Amino acid sequence: MTTALTTSESAASVGVLDRAPAVRISHVHKSFGRPGAATHVLDDITLDVAPGEFVTLLGASGCGKSTLLNLVAGLDKPSAGSIELPGHRPALMFQEHALFPWLTAGKNIELALRLGGTPKAERRAEAERLLDLVRLNGAHGKRVHELSGGMRQRVALARALAQGSDVLLMDEPFAALDAITRDVLHDELTRIWAEQKLTVLFVTHNVREAVRLAQRVVLLSSRPGRVAKEWRIDLPQPRRIESAGVADLSIEITDELRGEIRRHGQH
Amino acid sequence: MASTDTTPSPVLEKTTAADVGAGLDALDAVVTQRTPLTTVLRQKALPPLVAVALVLGVWQLAFSLELTDEYKLPSPGMVWAALADLWAQGTLFSIIWTSLWRGLSGFVAAVIIGTPIGLLVAQVKPVRAAIGPILSGLQSLPSVAWVPAAVIWLGVNSSTMYAVILLGAVPSVANGLVAGIDQVPPLLLRSGRTMGATGLARARHVLLPGALPGYLAGLKQGWAFSWRSLMAAELIAASPDLGVGLGRFLENQREFNDMSGVLLGIILILIVGVAIDLLFFSPLERRVLRNRGLLVSNR
Ligand SMILES: Nc1ncnc2c1ncn2[C@@H]1O[C@H](COP(=O)(O)OP(=O)(O)O)[C@@H](O)[C@H]1O
Ligand SMILES: [Mg+2]
Repeated sequence: MTTALTTSESAASVGVLDRAPAVRISHVHKSFGRPGAATHVLDDITLDVAPGEFVTLLGASGCGKSTLLNLVAGLDKPSAGSIELPGHRPALMFQEHALFPWLTAGKNIELALRLGGTPKAERRAEAERLLDLVRLNGAHGKRVHELSGGMRQRVALARALAQGSDVLLMDEPFAALDAITRDVLHDELTRIWAEQKLTVLFVTHNVREAVRLAQRVVLLSSRPGRVAKEWRIDLPQPRRIESAGVADLSIEITDELRGEIRRHGQH
Repeated sequence: MASTDTTPSPVLEKTTAADVGAGLDALDAVVTQRTPLTTVLRQKALPPLVAVALVLGVWQLAFSLELTDEYKLPSPGMVWAALADLWAQGTLFSIIWTSLWRGLSGFVAAVIIGTPIGLLVAQVKPVRAAIGPILSGLQSLPSVAWVPAAVIWLGVNSSTMYAVILLGAVPSVANGLVAGIDQVPPLLLRSGRTMGATGLARARHVLLPGALPGYLAGLKQGWAFSWRSLMAAELIAASPDLGVGLGRFLENQREFNDMSGVLLGIILILIVGVAIDLLFFSPLERRVLRNRGLLVSNR
């Protein structure tokens, strides 16, 4: 069961939310470079993410997905518009694990706990609990380079969760993994999202991944990045990426995405 | 649709993410093997020993063939006798210690001064613009060049020695740290920021540990520069206040025209320099690199 929403419908659907959004992006613009010679990367992006919602941001390479996520993470400032997050500073996961290679897996998590103010006595046990959550019990003392790509991303996820934020921003976190490992991590992520009641804003250029994971897929157009279209997905979780429901919607969204990309070849 | 006549396995149907994940982890696990000690000894310790033996052999041969006068080229045995003499006089260790203590304490002072300078230069743009080029310039200026000036300013005493050591080592230590910080991957800086590491916490948990390999390289070079410049300063500046270190010993033996003693001095200076590197810096560097997976064991 899926519903395609036009931009105006989605704006209306936002009003239906009974709780304040966990992330509120209002009329955000972003340009890089000197005034005059600036490139306009994001154009009037408005997007609310409800608490506990799983949203994927989908778009072609270079359309500004990472830029938008960095703005939400507070790593950069919008040129215009505003971003509001009522809660804690959001956690951010990247395509590369970004773990500190001089620390063990467990100590990486403990550092996030420490910077978040967890008392020393509780850190070790909390790190073990988080490693358990990503099914890496026993990996506390492992060096980052001793772990496989999938395990590194799971440690990175545990570290992100250690920041204690309800909002998790993910920038193509599984793009560098092989398909089998990615599949397993999709299952783990949906499980943890549901268990921990997280709000997830997940960036990807992979249509099936977007449909596999999300309650809502937001398609961005390119140059400048605008919200082109949204789909609400009611298929039950956990979904299989090979399932007919995911495939059908993927075809529809891919056509839309191709249409967006084609526009750029026509002038 | 072609049908298959194999019955679907009941085991495969019920696999969960946990099972598959555990299997993947087992398949993907990086197997780290440590090379056995005998292999390490054979590959790492034997070649330098052979090289030293070869040098001694050629040296002895040159002596036996009487290529030049004995007072110009004594035999290895005569140098050994000079060492035994020093030992018998009881001055061997005091000579080594005089220089080593100066070198090490000066080096530690250089680290204490050079580290905050490096941190400032790496992190504060105007400071980098102002001091960065001066530091690099100082690094390529042999610090022996400061000896005459230091003697005029400070007199022939320990202060001169320390001044020369500091001028030699501080730029290396600071530049090493700057290079190390510049090499910290921007992604790690960003991930530190999203975790809330700012200010001092950022320096302590992200910048310094991230910069450690470059910093260690700077320390190593700083030690080499300290030691060299100290030896030069001891050779040039003579005063009863300074005591007899290795450099002074070397110069004294030259004045006595004692070539065995001169060669002994050179060898001792070399040994001390190499020993500090081998016993301290190399193991430290290897440990840091191994922990980060940057050391390929079979190379
Ligand atoms: N710091 C920057 N300075 C200049 N241009 C940038 C900067 N960051 C991103 N861009 C440009 O913005 C566009 C969008 O980049 P990005 O957000 O990384 O895309 P995506 O993540 O969707 O692939 C690209 O054309 C890129 O060149
Ligand atoms: Mg990107």
